Amino acid sequence: MSSPEWKNPAIKWVDERLPVFSLMHHSTAGYPTPRNLSYWWNFGSLALFALIIMVLTGVFLVMNYTPHVDMAFDSVERIMRDVNYGWLLRYMHMNGASMFFIVVYIHIFRGLYYGSYKGPREILWILGVVIMLLMMGTAFMGYVLPWGQMSLWGATVITNLFSAFPVVGDYIVTLLWGGFSVDNPTLNRFFSLHYLLPFVLFAVVGLHLWALHAVKSNNPLGVEMKQPEDSIPFHPYYTIKDLFGMGVFLMFFLYFVFWQPNFFGEPDNYIPANPMLTPPHIVPEWYFLPFYAILRAVTFDFLWIIPAKLGGVLAMFASIILLMALPWLDRSKVKSCKFRPVYKWFFWILFADCVFLGYLGQKPAEQPYVIMSQLAAAYYFAHFLIILPLMGKIEKAVELPESISAAVLKKSEDA
Amino acid sequence: MRKLLIAAVAAFTLNLGAAQANSGTYVPEFKDASWSFEGFFGRYDQKQLRRGYKIYSQVCAACHSLNRVAYRNLSALGFTEDEIKEIAAEKEIRLPYGDAGALLNDDGEFFTRPAIPADKFVPPFANDAAAIDVNGALPPDLSLITKARKGGPHYVYSFLMGFMDEVPEEVMHQKGFVLNEDKNFNIYFPGYYNSMPPQIMDEMVEYEDGTPMTGEQHAKDIVAFLNWAAEPELDHRKSLGLKVMLFLLVLTAMLYALKRKIWANVKH
Amino acid sequence: MADTATNVENKTEAGESRRDFLLLATSAVGVAGTAAAIWPFVDSMNPSADVLALSTTEVDISQIEEGQSVTVVWRGKPVFVRHRTAEEIELAEKDNTADLRDVQKDEDRVQKPEWLILIGICTHLGCIPLGQKPGDPRGDFGGWFCPCHGSHYDTSGRIRKGPAPRNLAVPPYEFLDDENVKIG
Repeated sequence: MSSPEWKNPAIKWVDERLPVFSLMHHSTAGYPTPRNLSYWWNFGSLALFALIIMVLTGVFLVMNYTPHVDMAFDSVERIMRDVNYGWLLRYMHMNGASMFFIVVYIHIFRGLYYGSYKGPREILWILGVVIMLLMMGTAFMGYVLPWGQMSLWGATVITNLFSAFPVVGDYIVTLLWGGFSVDNPTLNRFFSLHYLLPFVLFAVVGLHLWALHAVKSNNPLGVEMKQPEDSIPFHPYYTIKDLFGMGVFLMFFLYFVFWQPNFFGEPDNYIPANPMLTPPHIVPEWYFLPFYAILRAVTFDFLWIIPAKLGGVLAMFASIILLMALPWLDRSKVKSCKFRPVYKWFFWILFADCVFLGYLGQKPAEQPYVIMSQLAAAYYFAHFLIILPLMGKIEKAVELPESISAAVLKKSEDA
Repeated sequence: MRKLLIAAVAAFTLNLGAAQANSGTYVPEFKDASWSFEGFFGRYDQKQLRRGYKIYSQVCAACHSLNRVAYRNLSALGFTEDEIKEIAAEKEIRLPYGDAGALLNDDGEFFTRPAIPADKFVPPFANDAAAIDVNGALPPDLSLITKARKGGPHYVYSFLMGFMDEVPEEVMHQKGFVLNEDKNFNIYFPGYYNSMPPQIMDEMVEYEDGTPMTGEQHAKDIVAFLNWAAEPELDHRKSLGLKVMLFLLVLTAMLYALKRKIWANVKH
Repeated sequence: MADTATNVENKTEAGESRRDFLLLATSAVGVAGTAAAIWPFVDSMNPSADVLALSTTEVDISQIEEGQSVTVVWRGKPVFVRHRTAEEIELAEKDNTADLRDVQKDEDRVQKPEWLILIGICTHLGCIPLGQKPGDPRGDFGGWFCPCHGSHYDTSGRIRKGPAPRNLAVPPYEFLDDENVKIG
């Protein structure tokens, strides 16, 4: 980690007092990166890009938004109709949320497949789970702000989850509402937090990157970098690759903004909130559906002491918190699924299970969907609590390559 | 209140089935209609929007408000500034009080002023209660109707064309179906019975541009107008989108070429 | 594990220059695109369509009797419309030659002598001068009097006494016909 000798005297002067240029150097041209990263490694920088888009569009939307139950819906419609490019900013923000989740979910599954959570990246991984939790909170509160029917009833239902907790439940719910139902005080505090949390998110992303720069990137082989030939500098190799990825991402993202802006949305949210009328189909945003399915899967009192309502809530939170324990649940020394002939299949079954849970989350809570949700949710937990630890014991891994460069050179010779 | 909330939560978490019982009931495919504003290159047809506006103002406006559209917005339909002024001036805006601070004038009526282009469309009723009193149910505001219904313009069109004098067999034999002579049967409406009587008929509005005055055409035109009312930015959105996409295609291709160049000698 | 291999490339002269050109061109396109993308954000801070729609105000002046004034709102500011009497006009024109702080002839301040239209904001520190209502003090020169710091305006809205530096401003306006004025 030696600092470069700066030739420009102005840069040198600044850098000696505030080493920003050295910092930039260490995270770009001086930052060693595995030479064999695939396009699946683009999604980290894409997630940061999505966060920046969200914060930028959000800051400008706030200039024309009014957080009051009587005016919120109208102010959003004014943004859509009268504010210059207001429709563009709002549709970017709306669809940007979905894009952020798509990108982050891919990022997470990439980490799962290549074992990026294993030592020495445990803290990096846990910070990632914290980021996901913050994203979920922020997204949920943002959905409340337009104050349409789904905003109101989504907020009502989700805040009521906390009433499941014994003794303190009702107190927590009243505290969240600032009243006796989801109303103006609720909207105001959600607005405040929706504006605050993204900056907290930025801070945790900073820690995530800090941790990353300490332990360096994992790679498709799951073999750590050992010698200079294993790595290339981040800049220009991965800056250009990330930029190219952003171009592709922007086309995908903006297709929805310009041609299918309400694809991820619910028509009911274009009806102003009405506290006297619940819409017939309340469905959360798509990115919550798998967790929602787990929540609804618990229709029975668990172990005779935990009532079904509490059980569902606990199961839902557990399904996320569980991810934090992942580095210690997976006992296998081998990181990448490339060299895990059996576990690889279980990874894909887990992926399918999550997609299936998402599908079930938008289905009515009636048979056969209830039993399907229960089986799918049970499998989700079984994967992490039974299959994963067991695999570490019994699976025989394929022989690992000696080093990244050895594998890369062999591949190019074969070709 | 608490009970109501608990009921809502129950409906949401455990019991969506009851609310979604409708999903098991008979609803035919939406009726086939196509508009110029659909698709990748779609744009509004200004003539069609004007026909639709005529239907709105002569038929729908008697009961349905269009609260989010202003008279000035009619310039998008090709109306001139003076025409818009005239259209607006036909309506009166109720004032909260008069010059001297009195709530009512000497005749015991509210003070009013003629509407100006900057005003939003004046609603047909003073408030929801008055609207319900006259109509028996609240006629929904139409400014976002195509965005606020699953199926969008296709649903609204099918709904307008979906009134039936006789209840079809499929519905009649459904469990729990009850005839309701006081309301109007509509095969596309959730729950089938609607307070609005059928509105669409041949030659309901006179067209001056030679377009055939059939019921289908009227329904298509009014739905086009309502879609414009809900998404006035559509033309701008799609044309800007094309330019942005074209630019991104070029930029991304260049980035890809550069990436290939930079990586040319790196085995990976 | 600290250093990276920098010798992975096999640089050739021709390849380098082609790459430089591509880098330059791509950067130029990228910078242009970013600049264009900033515009919607900036433009969203400009006055919106509903605000612009209220940038003009039409006033029906047929109901304003001679000697009367009305105050109308234009762009969030009060605008004084005074139907001047013959004496007021005479006084205003006579004072063209008086010792004026902000020299302006009365005919340069009106389109029709009987109609004086002014932005009702004192040029000193932004208070609204008195003189619109029948009982109001009109100052020493029969026009308006600002109660905040005692500026006196004459029947042409010119500053005659007190701390204000300039005459009351005349907004852009036009007579649509004999009965209607469009301000803005």
